[in-house]
Amino acid sequence: MGDLIRRSAADLATALRSGEVSSVEVAQAHLDRIAAVDGAVHAFLHVCTDEALATAREVDARRSAGDELHPLAGVPIAVKDVVVTKGIPSTAGSKILQGWIPPYDATLVERLKAAGMPILGKTNMDEFAMGSSTEHSAYGNTHNPWDLDRIPGGSGGGSAAAVAAFEAPLAIGTDTGGSIRQPAAVTGTVGTKPTYGGVSRYGLIALASSLDQAGPVSRTVLDAALLHEVIGGHDPRDSTSLTDPLPDLVGAARLGANGDLTGVRVGVVHELNGEGYQAGVRARFEEALDLLRGAGAEVVEVGCPHFVHALAAYYLILPSEASSNLARFDGMRYGLRVEPSDGPVTAERVMGATRGAGFGDEVKRRIILGTYALSAGYYDAYYGNAQKVRTLVQRDFAAAFDQADVLVSPTAPTTAFKLGEKLDDPMAMYLNDVATIPANLAGVPGLSLPSGLDQGLPVGFQVLAPARADDRLYRVGAALEMLLEQRWGGPLLAQAPELAVTA
Amino acid sequence: MSTAPDLVDYDDAVARYDPVIGIEVHVELGTASKMFDGAPTVFGAPPNTQVTPVSLGLPGSLPVVNRTAVESAILIGLALNCQIAEVCRFARKNYFYPDVPKNFQISQYDEPIAFDGWLDVELEDGTVLRVEIERAHMEEDAGKNTHVGGASGRIHGAEYSLVDYNRAGIPLVEIVTRPIAGVGERAPEVARAYVQTLRDIFRGLGVSEARMERGNVRADVNLSLRPSPDAPLGTRTETKNVNSFRSVERAVRYEICRQAAVLDAGATVIQETRHWHEDTGTTTPGRVKSDAEDYRYFPEPDLVPLAPSREWVQELRARLPEMPVARWHRLQTDWGYSDPEMRDVVNAGAVELIETTVAAGATPAAARKWWMGELARTANTEGVDLGALPVTPEQIGELQRLVDSGRLNDQLARQVLAGVLAGEGSPQEVAAARGLGIVSDDGALLAAVDEALAAQPDIAAKVRGGNLGPVGSIIGAVMKATRGQADAGRVRELVIERINQG
Repeated sequence: MGDLIRRSAADLATALRSGEVSSVEVAQAHLDRIAAVDGAVHAFLHVCTDEALATAREVDARRSAGDELHPLAGVPIAVKDVVVTKGIPSTAGSKILQGWIPPYDATLVERLKAAGMPILGKTNMDEFAMGSSTEHSAYGNTHNPWDLDRIPGGSGGGSAAAVAAFEAPLAIGTDTGGSIRQPAAVTGTVGTKPTYGGVSRYGLIALASSLDQAGPVSRTVLDAALLHEVIGGHDPRDSTSLTDPLPDLVGAARLGANGDLTGVRVGVVHELNGEGYQAGVRARFEEALDLLRGAGAEVVEVGCPHFVHALAAYYLILPSEASSNLARFDGMRYGLRVEPSDGPVTAERVMGATRGAGFGDEVKRRIILGTYALSAGYYDAYYGNAQKVRTLVQRDFAAAFDQADVLVSPTAPTTAFKLGEKLDDPMAMYLNDVATIPANLAGVPGLSLPSGLDQGLPVGFQVLAPARADDRLYRVGAALEMLLEQRWGGPLLAQAPELAVTA
Repeated sequence: MSTAPDLVDYDDAVARYDPVIGIEVHVELGTASKMFDGAPTVFGAPPNTQVTPVSLGLPGSLPVVNRTAVESAILIGLALNCQIAEVCRFARKNYFYPDVPKNFQISQYDEPIAFDGWLDVELEDGTVLRVEIERAHMEEDAGKNTHVGGASGRIHGAEYSLVDYNRAGIPLVEIVTRPIAGVGERAPEVARAYVQTLRDIFRGLGVSEARMERGNVRADVNLSLRPSPDAPLGTRTETKNVNSFRSVERAVRYEICRQAAVLDAGATVIQETRHWHEDTGTTTPGRVKSDAEDYRYFPEPDLVPLAPSREWVQELRARLPEMPVARWHRLQTDWGYSDPEMRDVVNAGAVELIETTVAAGATPAAARKWWMGELARTANTEGVDLGALPVTPEQIGELQRLVDSGRLNDQLARQVLAGVLAGEGSPQEVAAARGLGIVSDDGALLAAVDEALAAQPDIAAKVRGGNLGPVGSIIGAVMKATRGQADAGRVRELVIERINQG
């Protein structure tokens, strides 16, 4: 059974279909793994043992009854704690939501349940998805399975670490400026931020509404495509949800896995490389480009001159929207309620005391920034100009996609840094997302996959595609994955150190 | 509460100051679900039962625009002769208050769905005044706070507060006038007539029940004074939530008297919102509107821009009903009602009822007599609207036909109506079941006449002597004997005939 946890979701699905293993066995193997290693990794905030096994039993019963099942039925999954799950705590990594039990499911959770995928638990994250290291969680750090002294990326460090530590074959992440892709990069896993509107946001605790997207976290490109197809597609409860049908993502991943990219134009984004990028990160990137060329791709350099302003614009738009989205956490209806220690107990003072006690420093920092940026007299200079930059970034993408079918870059400028190393330097922390943020500003899809190691730590390779062309990510990603794994003699995660079993 | 402020006599105030009014009217749309979610909108339901995760602003919930609400807003815009935006956006108005579940209200800020319109308002003397409409925009209503304990029912002094989110998210359209100047002493009347005309339009369009007493229509009245019509606009106050036509008139009047006193004293009017007190007919200060009040509006990122197609707008324009004022003028002419009669009918909400009753065969005069008389009294006693009575206009038409054909007299018809209201069936059925109908058999009537004459022989003698006065008491006796089912005119003829024979 020990190897069940190391199998891909696609392999597990095949084994379940053939009757080689039962859903209960697969779920139990992962629950056992969580019990064994999560004390050290701390990827999970909440483990749903009973619910996961109940779903698994139901899938087994339906399978033996001969019911038509979803291809991923019985494959378990971990869900980032920013996603609302009915009857299961959903804190978004914040003290202010401690004890809140949602009365409803996010659309994507409904879809996971409809597919018969047991939910193993809720994963750790930076509070309200604000951060790049998961160190801003109110519930303690998550550790990188490659080196427990290092960060797993963020904000979705829990989902990435859970998949990298074989605690779950799949996970759900959310990506507002790189929170799926950057953790994937530093943990040697795969993560996709779909086209904005491609996956319903209904039931995602909002950080920045115009940037947030949920997406798959996995160990293989094909698995990401399989999960993407489960959660993607139109949802009438999200006004920004696209009405177009999803492209054939799984088909694209299978096509890519034949390793032939003849005729595919790959654009290297000039602004997302070079200065500020770790030497080893650049070396792995160049090697990957060589492999793409070898597969028949035409590699060209493209310029996106306004990307240099993307980070600044992002750190005005995100805090502005967040300051408004997070206003509802006030102790009046749900979650934490704190009364002032002295003086009258008025609604306004309870709101103040609750927010003062319930939010962490990074959240407060961004609420203050956003409140300021939206203030009368400052709006045009800050929020207004940031929106103009956003338009320019979108135009850069449009021009670049005239020259190339996909764009590529390193996912993050560095490999995983040490826990605590950048905690007191917000600017250094923000720079982790310099290569991932442009995609969120423009709403285009992006995927990160492992491209090798630098000094024993994973490096990520990012593929970007035009909006609605998420299939291109999977074709190019699967091709590169196949070529890299040929070179490595297996998946990169096979090189990760064994985790000590603590339980 | 502080001592009552000085007031200047109204006539004196308007003689020396030129009042300028501006009115913001909020109307709750009568949609089955809320502005941005599927929660139901039943009025008077137990607290916090008309809610979903969206109306409670639960984490993760998202708004979706209600198409029917947009349609209603466009209809209102068209009825107010507005331009309808080709593209417009919703915005977030950010402020912390417990009845606003998200701590922001989704509204429209610089991109209203309708703008630049006008509305002709008819005053009591028939003068028509054109009110310019600046904009009509969509937004969601807030919940309702109830402050428990304390004397005033206001938050100050309350022991605790309860919040009901049933109203949170109900669609509102807010209609804002441009400053209405140059109406002088008629400002209170203009304000009232404007709000009343809007109410009638909402009902005519069918977009809202527009019941003032339920707060379906709420007015905020802005008022400022200036020394002369040439002077720049003075500082205004905004009196919030004035919720009856009479109160609109009184609130404007009160603020004119109060502001005149402030200005007379050499002081300046403070720009503030004021509370209206129905019981005392006065206003008291609310929040001071200062620059510190910053709603940090920004485009609502959870909603895509709204782009009503021109085809849709055209379709709605074609569907616009005749505007109430024009329609009433037409009906008043057709029906031959006086101005006060027509105004009463309109105010009672009886226009459609009378129209249908007339179509069912009653004369306009008879239809008015029923609906504004017997039925209005019944509705008043029961505390319901005329339309809610268990009788249809068609039935009233049928009842009147029975009267017109001589089968019922007024008294019998009222008895039949009581039967109809009691659920006993149609007028025909009630008359048959209760055995009500005019006795037209002369044989039966003559027997009753003879009996009455025999019982009062002195009267018969007087009549024979040429004094017709006492005939009435014989007729009365006959009517009594026939339980009112005789035709009084015929009885009279028979009495005189009999006496003359004898």
